[in-house]
Amino acid sequence: MSVRRLAANQPDSFAFSAESLKQVKAWIARFPEGRQQSAVIPMLWIVQKQQGWVSEPAIRVVAETLGMPVIRVYEVATFYTMFMLEPVGSHALVQVCGTTPCMLRGANDLKAVCQRRFGDRDHLSADGKVTWQEVECLGACSNAPMAAINDYYYEDLTPEIFEQILDEFIAGKPRAPGSVIGRQGSAPEGGSAVLQAASLYDGTAAKALKSLPNAEPKTRGKAKEAAQ
Amino acid sequence: MPKAKVNGVEVEFEPGMTVLQVAELAGEEIPRFCYHERLSIAGNCRMCLVEVKPGPPKPQASCALPAADNQEIFTNTPMVKKAREGVMEFLLINHPLDCPICDQGGECDLQDQAVGYGRDGSRFGLNKRAVEEKAMGPLINTVMTRCIQCTRCVRFITEVAGVAEIGLISRGEDVEITTYLGSAVTSELSGNVIDLCPVGALTSKPYAFNARPWELKKTETVDVMDAMGAAIRIDSRGPAVLRVLPRVNEDVNEEWISDKTRFAVDGLSRQRLDSPFIRENGRLRPATWAEALSLAAARLSSAKPERIGTIAGDLQDAESLKATLDLFRALGSANTDCRQDGMALGTGPRESWLFNAGISGLEDIDVLLLVGTNPRLEAAVLNARLRRRWLSGDLQVGLVGTPSDLTYDFDHLGETASALTALAKARSGFAKVLKGAKAPALVIGTGALSGPHGAAVAHAAAQVAKAFGMSWNVLHTAASRVGGLDMGFLPAEGGLDARAMTAKGALDVLFLLGADEIDLSASDAFRIYLGSHGDAGAHAADLILPASAYTEKDGLYVNLEGRVQMGQRAVFPKGEAREDWAILRALSERLGKTLPYDSLDQLRARLFADHPSFGQIDWAPRGQADLSAIGAAGDVGDTPLSSAVKAFHLTNPVARASVTMAECAALAAGPAKLAAE
Repeated sequence: MSVRRLAANQPDSFAFSAESLKQVKAWIARFPEGRQQSAVIPMLWIVQKQQGWVSEPAIRVVAETLGMPVIRVYEVATFYTMFMLEPVGSHALVQVCGTTPCMLRGANDLKAVCQRRFGDRDHLSADGKVTWQEVECLGACSNAPMAAINDYYYEDLTPEIFEQILDEFIAGKPRAPGSVIGRQGSAPEGGSAVLQAASLYDGTAAKALKSLPNAEPKTRGKAKEAAQ
Repeated sequence: MPKAKVNGVEVEFEPGMTVLQVAELAGEEIPRFCYHERLSIAGNCRMCLVEVKPGPPKPQASCALPAADNQEIFTNTPMVKKAREGVMEFLLINHPLDCPICDQGGECDLQDQAVGYGRDGSRFGLNKRAVEEKAMGPLINTVMTRCIQCTRCVRFITEVAGVAEIGLISRGEDVEITTYLGSAVTSELSGNVIDLCPVGALTSKPYAFNARPWELKKTETVDVMDAMGAAIRIDSRGPAVLRVLPRVNEDVNEEWISDKTRFAVDGLSRQRLDSPFIRENGRLRPATWAEALSLAAARLSSAKPERIGTIAGDLQDAESLKATLDLFRALGSANTDCRQDGMALGTGPRESWLFNAGISGLEDIDVLLLVGTNPRLEAAVLNARLRRRWLSGDLQVGLVGTPSDLTYDFDHLGETASALTALAKARSGFAKVLKGAKAPALVIGTGALSGPHGAAVAHAAAQVAKAFGMSWNVLHTAASRVGGLDMGFLPAEGGLDARAMTAKGALDVLFLLGADEIDLSASDAFRIYLGSHGDAGAHAADLILPASAYTEKDGLYVNLEGRVQMGQRAVFPKGEAREDWAILRALSERLGKTLPYDSLDQLRARLFADHPSFGQIDWAPRGQADLSAIGAAGDVGDTPLSSAVKAFHLTNPVARASVTMAECAALAAGPAKLAAE
């Protein structure tokens, strides 16, 4: 992570779209009167959804909307790395996980692909279609290596498949997200290795429960007497 | 009361105190950077680590830990020593070793504490981080690489000054203190962040690279830039006043001062009158004292007593006021006035022109009615107290007058004084709030009291105060005003007031005692100006007698609550200039009406004998005004009641001579200009 600054080139103004405005109102309504500033992070998300990134005029609009000092919104926007302070690629924002499990499973190769195709990280590619970043753990370690592209995870990547996926994004026809080797959730490769027995599912193993797992413990006879 | 042991010594403490405060009660010094007793607790510098029992077996940040009964606190164990050394080593990892070229050097918390609590070396071999400088306006210089992220400045600007303009952006190793995109801080109290900064990250821009703290002569005195009389320390080297710092006076300014108090001092070395001047053929030429005094005496003695008069200015000490008043009474003149703005107070009991609730008494009020005043501009430090009271949730504020951002919310009750008459009769709205108040206060500004309807507005306000049992508080803007009113520096029986004296053909000789805030364009009298700066009064003068500024004379000043405070001389008057009272004494001798005092002490003795209130140094009365005796019933007019201070940075000759203040004033006026275009 490096020092986070607002982009040098900023649009003149920002206004919430009708769709965003609906969400803005819904978020503000969630907080009690006088606590509207609590909505600052959702508000910046909405901005980022609409604009692709968080611009300086947008920061001012958010501050105005929530009735808080603009420096406070600025603090939040610069604190959270998920808020993009510069315009991002029109087709894809690629966030490659570089934390240990992914790194051990080949994240460095994915980064090399990005570097070769799009140039330096955290900047728009030459054609303006892609921005790529290295990010910290995204929580899909068992399916490492992985990358988040726009809003979804692509897991179990190899450099070749990764490059294919990137091409699809650039062509505007992204594939369905998830594991590229057809893994179910974070189950082992090739499918689940446990809970396979057919008897688990045909009802033959079913038995009546003596007591429900979380039921109140039965009072013993003696204690009952003592209570009386 | 609960008890705790600090290093084995038992101390009693108030419930709610932190471990740090308890340790201080026991006389133990706890090093700290982020903790400040007048700001909220942040707990982010970790320098105040101590060991407590019972508690986890690790050091605890004492500033944020509430003390408990029967707690044992240790500040001298090996664990504490090691923890402090560790924290200090981390703080110094990214702190540059530029003490020799740092303005904070010699008065730096980090420097002192590194010597006191740090290790002798660093184990950090990598590159230090470097941070870009930030723009914060013409007053605050930034060297952000030195910042240790204590966030005192952020908390001060947000909490005390009430304008959230400084923030901590980014995170982790990259955090930076900044204003929003390098805009200037607009607070009138912004200079205090320079004092609060424990390192050299925020330093004074006008004072940058001027001096080292150990070269300076320190003089403890009082401020005259507003009527609060803030406690200040003047740092001077040779003949030059280099800077002004606040002193702690809990009853007046706590430990803050306004930017005008702090930064107007460069005006003390500009536009100075350093020799007597006589106007000849429309041009002022330097003269000798003998010439000047002879001319003054000749003019004064040749005119009839009712054709001479004197107007006193806003920065005068009580002694020069007394000497002038005695001289003109001795000459038989009734034309004396210390109210350049023509405010309609001064007769009757003393309480009618005092701030009777007292500055520290503002902590106890629950409803405040502001009339024709903007405390933020007229007494910025007092406004910070009002804001704190408001933040506590126990203060409701109403305003009659021109609304502006006061840093707290208020009910705007109307622009003109008719809102006052309506309020006295009203039964709902703010009147209801006032009715239910336990300790309501009315603060009336001099902007409301001057002008053609001043007396009527004063009367209307007094009626409101009477109807709701409010204390009567006058927010003066002139440091000399209360002193002048206390000694009766007013027109005597049949005398002319300031406005009448400046009218065409009113007088033959007009003696201006540092009076610069009055329009002299109509006056055709022979004008003698006694003062320190070549400002409005000197420009219009026919004869100039150079006198001392407030840093160049010992003097008494009475602040708005009636507290008499003693100012000390820090440096000598410029050039041929003399102390004001001495000039008046010399002039009286030439007039054959020698004033009966040969020294300042004798003058003071005379002042105390004639007006005993001046003898009560550093004591503020807490009276209640006789509200029925204030003002005169009449037409209150329909002009909006606006503050007497239009441009905060340019209210007196010293500030107007200051380049720093001119920069600030231009910045403050900037947006208004754009809006007008």
